[in-house]
Amino acid sequence: MLSALLLQAGMSLTTARTPAGVGGPVSGYWPVMVFFAVAVVFPVLPVVLGRFVRPNLYGEAKMRPYECGIDPTTEAHDRFTVRFYIVAMLFLVFDVETIFLLPWAIIFMGDDFSFTKFALLEMFFFIGILVVGYYYAWRKGALEWA
Amino acid sequence: MFSLLFAPPNFVDDLLLKLFSQETVNFVVWPFIQIGAVITLIAVWALYASYLERKISAFMQARLGPMRVGKWGLLQPIADAVKLLTKEDLMPERADPYIFRFAPYIAVAATFLTFSVVPFAPNWGVITDVNIGLLLVLAVSSVGVLALILAGWSSNSKYALLGGLRSSAQMVSYEVSMGLSLVGALMFARTLSLSGIVGAQASDSVWFFLYQPLAFAIFFVSGIAENNRAPFDLPEAESELVAGFHTEYSGMRWSLFFMAEYAAMVVVAGVATTVFLGGWYFPGVLRLAGGYNNLYVFLSLFVFVVKCAVLLYLYFWFRWTFPRYRYDQLMDLGWKWLIPASLLNIVWTGLTVFTVQALDGWNNIKTIESLKGAPNLARGLNLTATGKGVAIALGWAGLLVAALFLAAVNWRSRDFNLKKQRRQVRLVDVPKGKPAVATTAATGEG
Repeated sequence: MLSALLLQAGMSLTTARTPAGVGGPVSGYWPVMVFFAVAVVFPVLPVVLGRFVRPNLYGEAKMRPYECGIDPTTEAHDRFTVRFYIVAMLFLVFDVETIFLLPWAIIFMGDDFSFTKFALLEMFFFIGILVVGYYYAWRKGALEWA
Repeated sequence: MFSLLFAPPNFVDDLLLKLFSQETVNFVVWPFIQIGAVITLIAVWALYASYLERKISAFMQARLGPMRVGKWGLLQPIADAVKLLTKEDLMPERADPYIFRFAPYIAVAATFLTFSVVPFAPNWGVITDVNIGLLLVLAVSSVGVLALILAGWSSNSKYALLGGLRSSAQMVSYEVSMGLSLVGALMFARTLSLSGIVGAQASDSVWFFLYQPLAFAIFFVSGIAENNRAPFDLPEAESELVAGFHTEYSGMRWSLFFMAEYAAMVVVAGVATTVFLGGWYFPGVLRLAGGYNNLYVFLSLFVFVVKCAVLLYLYFWFRWTFPRYRYDQLMDLGWKWLIPASLLNIVWTGLTVFTVQALDGWNNIKTIESLKGAPNLARGLNLTATGKGVAIALGWAGLLVAALFLAAVNWRSRDFNLKKQRRQVRLVDVPKGKPAVATTAATGEG
C-alpha cells in the first residue's frame, strides 16, 4: 500500500549545484573547511565575550570538586575497571572492519548486477572470519559486563 | 518578489558572478551564506529544544510546563541563555586547565561540522557534496567521544570521570552497529555521497526504509544511544552520577555541551532521514512546484524538516516511554543484539540482491529493467515493480529472521560463562528442591 503510494512519482534526479568543470574531489572540501572555522568560532565567541558580563570571584569552597558536599579525600584519577579497555579494543577491531565493508557495499551491485556472485561469496568469507573472532570474544566473556 | 519563487534555483549566481569568480562563488560565497543560515538554525533549535523538551514532557505528564516568561513561556529559552551567559565560569581545583577549557569546543565543533555534508534540499540546500559524505559524518561525529572523555578526565571529579568513561564506552559500542547498519542501505545506494543517496531513492521513488527496515531500527536505536538520550542516558544518570561528565562545568561552557547534545540529535535525525527516509524527496513535490524552481527547493526543505521533526519527536517520546537501562543491559544490547543484527542485515541484504538477480528471467518474471542506455551513477536500481516488491518483501522478512536469529543466539549463549563456573563450583549435599547454601569446601566451614 505504502509502496504503491511511493511508486507513483516523477523522476526528479538532481545533482548538487556544482557546474561542470568545477568542484573536483579536493575543492569540494573547501566549504567543509569554512564550516570548520565557523564551527570553532561559534562556541569560542560567547565564552570569550561572556568574560565581560560574568562575575569572577574566587572562593575556596567553590573550587572544590563536587562530591555531595563532602570534601574529597583522594584524587579522582584513580584506577578503574579493565572492562573499559576491553570495550575499546573490541571497538577498534569492529570499526576498522566497518571501514572495509563500506567500499564493498558500494561496488556490490555494480552498475549492471554483474559482480554480485563473486562479491557475495567474498562477503560471506569476510564476515565468516569476523564471526569466528566475535564468537571467540563472546565465549571468552569479553562481551560480559557484570 | 513572488516571481523569485518560480525562478530557477541558481538565479543569485548571475548576480554573484559579476562580483566574484566562479570558484569563489561556489566554494566561498555560497557556503558562507548557507553556513550562516545553518548555524543560526541549529543555534535556535538548541535553544528551543530545551523548551520543547520541557513542554512535551509536561504535556505527557498532564502538566503545563514553563508558562511564566512570555506567552506560553516562549521566551523561557532566551531567559535561560541570558542567565547562562552571566553565570560564573568555574573550574575545580587541580583540574587540567587547558583540557577542561578546550573540551566543550571539541564537542560543539565536531557536532556542527557534520552539518556541512547533510543535504537539506536540492540545489542550494546542499552546502557541499563530497563523495565520501557518509564516511565524513561517521568520522567527525565520533570525534565527539573525545570531548566527553576529555571533559570527564580533566575535571578531577569522581562523578565526572565515571560519567566520561561510561559515556565513551557506550558511544564507542554503539558506533559499531551504527556504521554496520548503514552498509545495508549503501548496497542499494551505491554511493557514499549523501546527495547521491537521496538521488538514488528519488529516482526509484522507494525509500530505503522499505528495503531496510531492520537497518533503520538498528541505526535509530544506536543513534539514541550515541546521543546519550533516554533510555540510554547512563552517563547522565542523575540518580547515581549527578550529571556525568559535565558535573563540574558551569555557565556558558556547560551550555556548550548542552548545545552539542541537541545538535547531535539533529545530526542523527538528519542522517537517518537522508539515508533511510528519502531525505528531501517526497513523491509529487516536483509536480506541485511546477518544475525545478526555487519553490521546489523550499518545499523539499520543508519535507526534510518535517521528516527530521518526526524523528526528533520520537526522541522526546522515548524518553518518557522507556525506563533507563542498567549498564550491563546496555552493553548487552549493543554487543550481543545490535551488532549480530547488523551483520545479519548485511548478509540478508546481499542474499536479497542475489535473489532479485536470480529471479530475473525465471518463469518469465522480470525483476531488472533493461540496462541499455541507462544513465550513469546516482540513479535508481533499475528494478521493475516486481523486483522492488521482492526486495521490499525480503527486507521486511529480514525483521522476522533477525528476531528469530538473535533470540536463538542469545538463548544458546546465555550460559557461555555460567557453564565454566558450574564446572568450578560444586554444589555438595544440596537437598533437591531446596535453595543451595554457599559453602567453602576447602576450609570445611559452614
